Amino acid sequence: MKTTIATLALAGSLASALAAIATPAAADDAKEKCYGIAMKGQNDCAAGPGTTCAGTSKVDYQQNAFKLVPKGTCVSMKTPTGHGMLEQGPAPA
Amino acid sequence: MSQTMQSAFAAGLFDAHPPPPGLAAWNKATPRRRYAVYSNNVETSLTGALAARFPAAERIVGADFFRAMAGAFIRACPPRSPVLLAYGDAFPDFAARFEPARDVVYLADVMRLEFARGQAYHAADALSLDPDKLAGIDPHRLGELIFVPHPSLSILSSLHPFHTIWAMNTGERPLADLEHWDGEHVLVVRPRLIVDVIPLPGDCANFLRRLAAGSMLGEAAALAGGEDFDLSHALAILLRSGAFTTFREG
Repeated sequence: MKTTIATLALAGSLASALAAIATPAAADDAKEKCYGIAMKGQNDCAAGPGTTCAGTSKVDYQQNAFKLVPKGTCVSMKTPTGHGMLEQGPAPA
Repeated sequence: MSQTMQSAFAAGLFDAHPPPPGLAAWNKATPRRRYAVYSNNVETSLTGALAARFPAAERIVGADFFRAMAGAFIRACPPRSPVLLAYGDAFPDFAARFEPARDVVYLADVMRLEFARGQAYHAADALSLDPDKLAGIDPHRLGELIFVPHPSLSILSSLHPFHTIWAMNTGERPLADLEHWDGEHVLVVRPRLIVDVIPLPGDCANFLRRLAAGSMLGEAAALAGGEDFDLSHALAILLRSGAFTTFREG
């Protein structure tokens, strides 16, 4: 018999844990991912599926690389190739 | 550059050696000065990368001390990968053995926390476990659940108040005298975009560590159980922190 804990104790603890966290969720992160604004090699993350990636974007304003920016400011950012985007764009040709 | 030349080029970089024989500069002038400039750039950029990764450590020991320690580390453990993101994983252990830093007993643990934050920042994105999914599980099967840790999760423990010291040296908390010099435990995770550092009671850290290593919930709870272990508090931390992504039945 493995060391384990009584079902009742476990279920009770889980119930009170679920009750404890049922308070309103913390405010969402005050940042958003903004695609297409990072200079080459300055992206925070994500260029292509499955990459661990920060600082790997190959061209300036790469459309599938993002930078974290204060929430609500992304689409107002203007680059020589257009505005920042909240959705990921295509990889560079 | 041939393999032999590469090795000779790298070997002399940090020791003010003359450039390897056969090294030529494009303008045919002596390559000695250019090699020295290159060597200085390498050392400065690596020191800068380490300072960026370990800002609290730099603040604790001061910029001059940090630069000297980084210089010694760069010579002992030069980067093996062109990706600087991962560089410095061995730096905390190096600092623990670095004789001049011996009196700063908590330095290495503060550095481990800083490195864990960097790793969490660059870890893959993943959705955290939705607590409602647990609510629907048959209570008799709860004990056999195995939880899958978030890719960004690490759990750190120290004999020193390393989390408080880290927080005071990153501006998260005002500098103040420490009234109690107690060990601390933290969970580091990035459930969304921002890396969270969450203080834990010691037995809770053991519990979560066992879970992250693949123990079943019932077993981890039983083994964590000191007198004071508060399982419902530990489960609340587990669910609220987003430290796990899903579970399966063992």
